[in-house]
Parts: sequence; structure tokens; C-alpha cells
Amino acid sequence: MKETPLSNCERDFLLRAIEEKKRLDGRQTYDYRKLKITFGTDYGCCFVDLGQTRVMAQVSCELVAPKENRPTEGILFFNIELSPMASPSFEQGRQSELSVKLNRQLERCLRNSKCIDTESLCVVSGEKVWQVRVDVHTLNNDGNLMDAASVAAITALCHFRRPDVAIQGEEVTVFSPEERDPIPLSVYHMPISVSFAFFQQGTFLLVDPCEREERVMDGLLMIAMNKHREICSIQSSGGIMLLKDQVMRCSKIASVKVSEITELISQALLNDKAARKAGGKCGFAESMPQDRITALKMDQTDVEMTNVSQTGSGVILQGDEAPPPTVPSPVVPVPGVGQVGQGLQSWGLEEEEEDDDDEEEESSGDDQVEEVTQIKLSEKDKKEAAVVEISDSEEEEVVILYPETTEKSKNSGSRSDQKGAAASKKRQKK
Amino acid sequence: LASGMFSSLKEKIGEVLLPGDEFVFESEDTIFLTDNVKPERPVCGPGLRQSGNRLVVSKSGVLRHKPPHTFWMDSQQWRYVPAKAETVIGIVTSKSGDIFKVDVGGSEQASLSYLAFEGATKRNRPNVQVGDLVFAQFTVANKDMEPELVCIDGSGRANGMGVFGGGGLLLKVSLGLVRRLLAPQSDIRSDLEQLFPCELVVGMNGRIWVRASTIQQTLIISNLLQSCDTLTAPQRREQFRKLQKGGL
Repeated sequence: MKETPLSNCERDFLLRAIEEKKRLDGRQTYDYRKLKITFGTDYGCCFVDLGQTRVMAQVSCELVAPKENRPTEGILFFNIELSPMASPSFEQGRQSELSVKLNRQLERCLRNSKCIDTESLCVVSGEKVWQVRVDVHTLNNDGNLMDAASVAAITALCHFRRPDVAIQGEEVTVFSPEERDPIPLSVYHMPISVSFAFFQQGTFLLVDPCEREERVMDGLLMIAMNKHREICSIQSSGGIMLLKDQVMRCSKIASVKVSEITELISQALLNDKAARKAGGKCGFAESMPQDRITALKMDQTDVEMTNVSQTGSGVILQGDEAPPPTVPSPVVPVPGVGQVGQGLQSWGLEEEEEDDDDEEEESSGDDQVEEVTQIKLSEKDKKEAAVVEISDSEEEEVVILYPETTEKSKNSGSRSDQKGAAASKKRQKK
Repeated sequence: LASGMFSSLKEKIGEVLLPGDEFVFESEDTIFLTDNVKPERPVCGPGLRQSGNRLVVSKSGVLRHKPPHTFWMDSQQWRYVPAKAETVIGIVTSKSGDIFKVDVGGSEQASLSYLAFEGATKRNRPNVQVGDLVFAQFTVANKDMEPELVCIDGSGRANGMGVFGGGGLLLKVSLGLVRRLLAPQSDIRSDLEQLFPCELVVGMNGRIWVRASTIQQTLIISNLLQSCDTLTAPQRREQFRKLQKGGL
């Protein structure tokens, strides 16, 4: 199926907006879209969301004979699948120009930079080595597939664990994960690709172009870099002439972006590790955002309010602890999830909203439980608050009359302390 | 009589229904000899299907009603299926002979004759380029035939249709949002009117063209419209208020 053509008015508008340093989603020139990394249940499965762009990487391995000229090195294999799911213009099972380009770039970015120790993948020299295969599937295309694919691939490689092997004479035993813990790959560094789109013969530059920006751009520069500021690959396409200054500027921007993204990846990996260790639920299904279409939302049903005071005081008597604090942000973080970049809330308004990345990244296992029980808790909250107020007023009277009554024991912890204080103040006044 | 069914249908107006929900006609036990009035049957819009004496919901959404007997499902959908007499925004993809091929977002491209513009004759061809936007109406929209568009109404007047689109931005939203925008008393539209002056062209195929006085304002409107899909009415009003306070 043909993709929707880009109309002249969109093209003109985009170019004019870029001249005014405005972008469609309200980002600044050097801003990335929101980057989100989640993991599947298995080791080596990673989903990356870059705004609306979404890719999945899955790493797998098998024992094969090595290449003849490299008998002691494992084999790395990369494959990018452009499925029609991502965009109707992608065709199944056909090598398009784009897929070849992306594949080649990914190989240059990850294999040629020697970021994975291939020698450690050797089992029996000249006979058996591990072949590690990275499959990157595009799930949705909203531009900048390359960056999303490179982040997904390197994160999946870092997350992957290969089975342990033992060699006894000629015999090679592969242990299942139950017998022996699988072994992570040794990753020397993390090359991450950063894309720059050029407009008007290189006059204007945008980081992380979205799909419509990609369609009107003149040229593209992809720089793969690691956090030590070593350039792993650099590729310019679209046939524009770039000045030395421009390339230098791009590499400077790339180094900043790469360090941010590397930080995010390691944070996400840590979160996932913690979540797995804690034995909590992790994986794809847990990380799914619960997007709800609220356009046709119905009004909420009224809550039954009879007997609230009785049940509320019952609740207070039973549970003596205050409910755990709920997360203020509407996005409830999940283990193994990290986010960075500007959200879409700013829309190019003058006020710049800083994303509370840190808050979201520092998610722990019990946040999840909270997510489930949040609604319940807030309900309970309401009831409790109402009831406490009532008993408050009652109690004050009581306190004034009989300062040592047992009524106090009804409320425990900080609450009663406060009241005690209040009561004593009152007594002083009198 | 079908009155039983109408009452059960009317009970459910404004409620969420799911595919497979069913309404059954009560079979006629009594035959009226005196008045031979035809039994009234409901008119089914999108998302409702009638078979025999059953009425089955085939799309999840909210049941809507228009007096006297029209019922349909209001649902969220992105895929456009051309329907006769609907006005849409199309993108001209090619010029071949005397017809233009126009992409309307449906399964097939629609054709638009160069004579179907106001004042166009064989000599006086309209100035349409590939990539231009046209606001046009379907005269033929059939599942087995290529859809056909025209840019004139029955009396040969343009009536707002034709080539347009200088300086604005085209965006795609869900079909439900488009219908809500085009409703006679649209609350989104009235909220928008209070912000700042802008031009909107809304096609039934989910495409909206926006133009405001500056690029910034155009971008704001387009982002607002795109977010309207996932906002409830109070949330939306909150957004709009925030924007007004922002003092643009």
C-alpha cells in the first residue's frame, strides 16, 4: 500500500516552522522525544519507544561453527525487520532501500565498533562458537527508526544472558538456566546513534526528526558515539554538503545526547535487575501504558454514601497506619522503565516544563502494588478524612471536659500526638 | 409491535454497548384489522446491524439517537470508509487526462474530474497541482466502485469546496473527533472560538486543516485538537484555560 502523500501545504508549513525554530510537537531544536525503555519477560528482549516510534529488539544465540578466518571469535548478526505494522508503505519480506540502509548502519554501529567481546563467545576454538543474533522489529514508524533501533539493540545486548557451557574433553554441555545461571555478554561500551536532519541546504538542523520532518528534510547525518565521546560510525545521506563546523557541532550535541541516553539505559537495566531480583512482576505486559480513550467517557457513578461514618471508623480501628503516599504524577512508574526527554505537554509554550525523569526512574517494586490499589486507597482516603474530621471536633470537646479519657486511644500514631498537643494548648489557654 | 424494542433501545441511549449486544423485536401476536399502519422499524446507522427481528451491535461505543427512529453507535475509529455526500479533505496525487486522482484516506484513491469545479470548462481548466489539498464531496461512494468526488454542489456553485490550503497545517485525528467538531452544538468548537481567531477546514475523513495568524498559534491549535481525543471535557477546559492564562 502506498503511504499517504505529503501535501504541499504541510511541506511549506513545516519548512516555515523550522525557519522560525518551531517544531510540530513543541520540541526545541535539540530536543529528543520522550524515550522509554521496557523489557520483556525473557532476557534479551527490549522495547524502545521514541515518541510514537516503537521498536522491539530480541537477542538470541546458538552454537555454530566459526568463520574460517576467525576461528576464535563468536559471530554477531543483526537484522532489522520493517514490518507493515510499522507503516503501510513497508512491505513484508522485501529488502527495501531503507531496510538495507538501516541494517548496514546498525552493523557499523554495533559490530564494527567492537562493543561486544566476541572472543569470549568462543567455546571450542575452530569448532564451536556462539552466534548472537539481534532481531530488531519496527512496530511503529514515526521517524528516526535508526536511533530507536540502536538503543533497542544495545540495551537488548546488555540485558541478554547466554546459557553457561562446560567442556569436558570433546564434549560440550550446555546448561539450562535452572542448572546454572546464564552469563551476560561482556559489553565494552555502548554505541548509540544520534540523527540530525538538515533543512535548506544545511542552514537548519534538527535532532531526532519525526516522520513528517524526515519527509521534508534535505539531508541526514547519523553519528554513533559512546559515552567516552568516541565516534563509532558517522554517515551522511541525502547528498548535502556539510561544513566542518557543522559536523563538529553535531558531534558535540551527539556527545551530550549519548551520555543522557546511556545514563537512561543503565538506569533502566538497574531497575529491571532490581525488579527481577525482588521477584515482582516484570516484563512487557506490566510495562504497557494503560492508554484510555476518554473522549466518550461516561460520568462516574455516585458512590453509596450511607453508613460511611460507621464503615470509615471501622477502617480506622482496623488499619492503624496511614495509607502509603500515592505517586503525584499520573504516570505510575513500573520496574524496569526509564524515561527521558521532553514530554509533549509543552507545545511550544513559553514556559518550559522540566520532566521529572528522576522521580519516574526511581521506581521500586512496591510502586506496582500501589498502582493496583490506588483507586481503592483514594476512596479509603476520602472516607477516612471525612470521618477523622468529625471525630476531631467531637474529641476536642471531650478533651476539654475529660483530658484523660480513653477516647484518645482510638487514634494512634502521629495523629493522637498532634491532638494531645492541641489539647494541651487549649488547656493552657483556659 | 416494535414499540418494546424502541423503549429498550431508548433506555440505552448514551450508554456504552459492545459488539454482540442484542435487541429483539417482539413478534407480533395481534393483527390489527382496523388500521393497516406499517410497523415502525428503527433506522440503523453505523455500528448497528439489523437481521430479521434482531438488532445487533457491531461496534463498541455509545448508542446515539436522533428522533424519530435513527440510532447509531458513536465510536472511536481512524479508518475512513467513503460515504456518499460526505465532504472530505483530499490530497491530489496525480493528474491523468481529464481526472485528478485524490487520496482521501480510504482503501482506494478517489477520482475528481477537472470539470467538477466552479466555472470550469474544457477551455478553462482549474489550476490544481499535485500535492494540493481539495475540499470535495462524494457523488459516488460504493464498495465495488471507485469513489468519485466533485467540488461543486447541485447548482454548480463551489459552496466552500475547491482547492485550498495556503499557509496552514494538515493534521489527522480520529473520525469521532471530527464528528464531534462538526456537530451543530460542538463544545470543542465553542471552546476553540474563545482562544484566538483561526480557520478550520474539517473533512469527514479525519483530516483537519488549521490556519491561524501565526505559525505558533497554528501549532497550538493543531496540538490541542490532536489531544482532544484523549481528554475528557473538564480536562480539555482546563487545558484551554491554561493556554489562555499563558498570555499568548
